[in-house]
Amino acid sequence: MFAEENGLHGDPRIKAISDAIRVVPHFPKPGIMFQDITTLLLDQKAFKYTVDIFVDRYRDKKISVVAGVEARGFIFGPPIALAIGAKFVPLRKPKKLPGEVISESYVLEYGTDCLEMHVGAVQPGESVLIVDDLVATGGTLSAAIRLLERVGAEVIECACVIGLPQVKGNWRLNGVPLYVLVEPRLTDLECSL
Amino acid sequence: MSAGENGDSDGRIKGIKSALRVVPNFPKPGIMFQDITTLLLDPKAFKDTIDLFVEHYKHENISVIAGIEARGFIFGPPIALAIGAKFVPLRKPKKLPGEVISEKYILEYGSDCLEMHVGAVKSGDRALVVDDLIATGGTICAAINLLERVEAEVVGCACVIEVPELKGRERLRSHGKELYVLVESQFEPTTQ
Repeated sequence: MFAEENGLHGDPRIKAISDAIRVVPHFPKPGIMFQDITTLLLDQKAFKYTVDIFVDRYRDKKISVVAGVEARGFIFGPPIALAIGAKFVPLRKPKKLPGEVISESYVLEYGTDCLEMHVGAVQPGESVLIVDDLVATGGTLSAAIRLLERVGAEVIECACVIGLPQVKGNWRLNGVPLYVLVEPRLTDLECSL
Repeated sequence: MSAGENGDSDGRIKGIKSALRVVPNFPKPGIMFQDITTLLLDPKAFKDTIDLFVEHYKHENISVIAGIEARGFIFGPPIALAIGAKFVPLRKPKKLPGEVISEKYILEYGSDCLEMHVGAVKSGDRALVVDDLIATGGTICAAINLLERVEAEVVGCACVIEVPELKGRERLRSHGKELYVLVESQFEPTTQ
């Protein structure tokens, strides 16, 4: 669900967050309007609002693990984990994690990719929040959910800053609720760093 | 300086050191990989790590935290949020979507490249470079070069771990840069 529809309607922080995101046309390929969160990270207030909104939502949900998807999930996940007293677990591309891992493949538009997690990082029965900057088709997040469920954890929710329209009517991924702060913007009339 | 060096028996440093894991022969034989993921599984030790960096730098008027992909993305943003600085990701090629500047650096075999968005850092910004570990200092020097090319002032470099034998500290010192680390690399594989 979008934050606006979940008690944050009219919250000026949501507009500040949306305004701080930059749209880069035709990246990484023609036709894609890339939602660039790096400009959000340059806006101390808006970045703090982003983390605060997630922390307020999850603080009392007894979450013991925040799992962040490489690489932009590494930016938003740890501040949330630190604030709610949870472990942070990085979910990485293949061959980056040094210890024993479990792997989960997922389908891309062309080909497949793979997400890995350290064996032993998450215990059966733990409550998990998965964090990434953006959800599009949900393919990567679905792979993340499968990884966590394979070790017997319960994924409480997936949290993303931005949610593309294709997930709008589909607030659950593999049965797991999705929480998103803003929709993508189509273009920047003016964008200055 | 190293946080543990001044006769400082800070219990937080001990907790951080014991939370780290050594993985032998990764990514190749002979390398004792210093793994910070186990630190991230210890909420108190992870919080202490961030607190120590924040305490060291909070009065330095730092306006930019530049974190090196990907493990610098884990430690940099919490520091940036705590001190009210911008966070700027320094990335491998072709990841950043906008206009970038690039800095090449030498690896043991071959070279690699670090990129930063044009306009993210302004002339006169006071910057701190953050990564999980410093070895030879090659990557960190590339980061410093990127920042200095846009006329930022690099106040220092902060890492959780230093590998002293690889002399990154000396390399930074020869560029007039301060290095702040919490622990030195360990040799014994730990059972975790």
